[in-house]
Amino acid sequence: MPGDLRQGRIVIVGASLAGLRAAETLREAGFTGSLTVVGDEPHPPYDRPPLSKQVLLGRVAAHATALPARRDPDADWRLGVRATGLDPIGKRVLLADGEPLPYDRLLIATGTRARPWPDQAQAALDGVLTLRTSDDAAHLAERLAAGPRRVLVIGAGFTGSEIASACRELGIEVTVAERGPAPLVGALGGTLSQLAAGLQRAHGVDLRCGVTVTALRGDGRFTGADLSDGSHLEADVCVIAMGAVRNTEWLADSGLAAGPRGLACDAGCRVFDQYGIVTDDVFVAGDVARFPHPLFEYQMLSLEHWGNAVAQAEVAAHNMVSPGPSRRPHLAVPVFWSSQFGLNIKSVGVPTFSDQVLIAQGSIAEGRLVAVYGYRGRITAAVTVNMAKWLEHYQGLIETAAPFPPGPGAADARPLVADFPVPSNVPDPRGLCHGPTVALTGHLPDRRLSVVRPAG
Amino acid sequence: MRIVVDLTRCQGYAQCVFLAPQVFELHGEEALRYDPAVPDGQLDRVRQAAAACPVQAILVGEQVNTGAR
Repeated sequence: MPGDLRQGRIVIVGASLAGLRAAETLREAGFTGSLTVVGDEPHPPYDRPPLSKQVLLGRVAAHATALPARRDPDADWRLGVRATGLDPIGKRVLLADGEPLPYDRLLIATGTRARPWPDQAQAALDGVLTLRTSDDAAHLAERLAAGPRRVLVIGAGFTGSEIASACRELGIEVTVAERGPAPLVGALGGTLSQLAAGLQRAHGVDLRCGVTVTALRGDGRFTGADLSDGSHLEADVCVIAMGAVRNTEWLADSGLAAGPRGLACDAGCRVFDQYGIVTDDVFVAGDVARFPHPLFEYQMLSLEHWGNAVAQAEVAAHNMVSPGPSRRPHLAVPVFWSSQFGLNIKSVGVPTFSDQVLIAQGSIAEGRLVAVYGYRGRITAAVTVNMAKWLEHYQGLIETAAPFPPGPGAADARPLVADFPVPSNVPDPRGLCHGPTVALTGHLPDRRLSVVRPAG
Repeated sequence: MRIVVDLTRCQGYAQCVFLAPQVFELHGEEALRYDPAVPDGQLDRVRQAAAACPVQAILVGEQVNTGAR
């Protein structure tokens, strides 16, 4: 009944990158029914990566990153409206204002939000900010433009590191506090985290690792913070960059497999219910999704990646209007990038799914390299620093489960044998301030056991 | 008009930087920065840049119309 699937009512909850690309793909695939897109922010779909880069530098206005459309999705946009619940039997999305929205098929693309500082009173101090939305970016850019004496960034993941990079480029003193042993260690492991630490220090960042911030201080206005090593730091602005929280709370009573790790689905983006039974009318895409990936032993992956939001939205939309045998799996190899302190860092595969790492080309000293990650003798990821043109080559090796360490044949005219693989030292995410941008929600591969801690 | 660059795809060939230097620039050796809102008078250059991109990573288009239908 393919004809039927191109008609009816489709609702997309989430009006960001994944929601927009899904809406376009539905129309491209011939969907002629009614399409409604619900978004809790008042803005049309916009691009987030510039918010921690060009926008903080004052080169691009915070609200000027609206995404271009590939085609007019001919949708009814309900912006500034929060979805508060889902009635999967009545097939209705409950909204914070107005009538419930009926659907025949639903796409959930509610993404993530910035993890807030846990103490509400301290978080409410003037000058304590997070960075996720364009409104957040507008506030932070304004603060940075006012010339603060010092900025404190809590969390040295990608967002925190990019904020620190922008501060230094603006000539602003910045302290980065991270509970883990080094910046980016949660995403890239031990070896490259040393590069990141050296980079930050070389650019004048006051980097403090192995410490936590115990309290934010101020009387109405943020003035400084206490650290776990007993020191006190004075600053005018504090940015909480402690990773993201998945927006699944609104699904708590829906009976779907939704939780803090995301909303679970099959390889075709069809959502599981809480019993692990696949639904046929509810789909998910983007940062909020948890999906199985064959290259990583079918562990459920949650990816906070721009490219994944696009690719998964396209697959979900295609499958929403296609009968069973025509449906496609979402098998894209994860790719992401970050630019900070003048370096372009790109990754393919899942670096945290590894037990060893090897610098195959370049070196940390040169500031340009390719690090290759392996797990039990096959290549599972590669990270390039200022060598992005090599990424595709390694993507091919990952997709074909090529042996690790990789054989010679790279451009560098030196014997690879000089560079032995070393442990990749991916830490347990619980020991970090910054949440990982790739969450393997099964287990860390070098640890076979799950630890169950009895309450009390 | 708006642009977005698929930086997953971008390999830093920098053809866009040569063709539309007021819109695209490199930060360091290969990290691309750009102005997502195409400035007045730059549209032709941006279209050339999009066409010349060796990995076809630049999307030029209108912002979606979210107003009442």
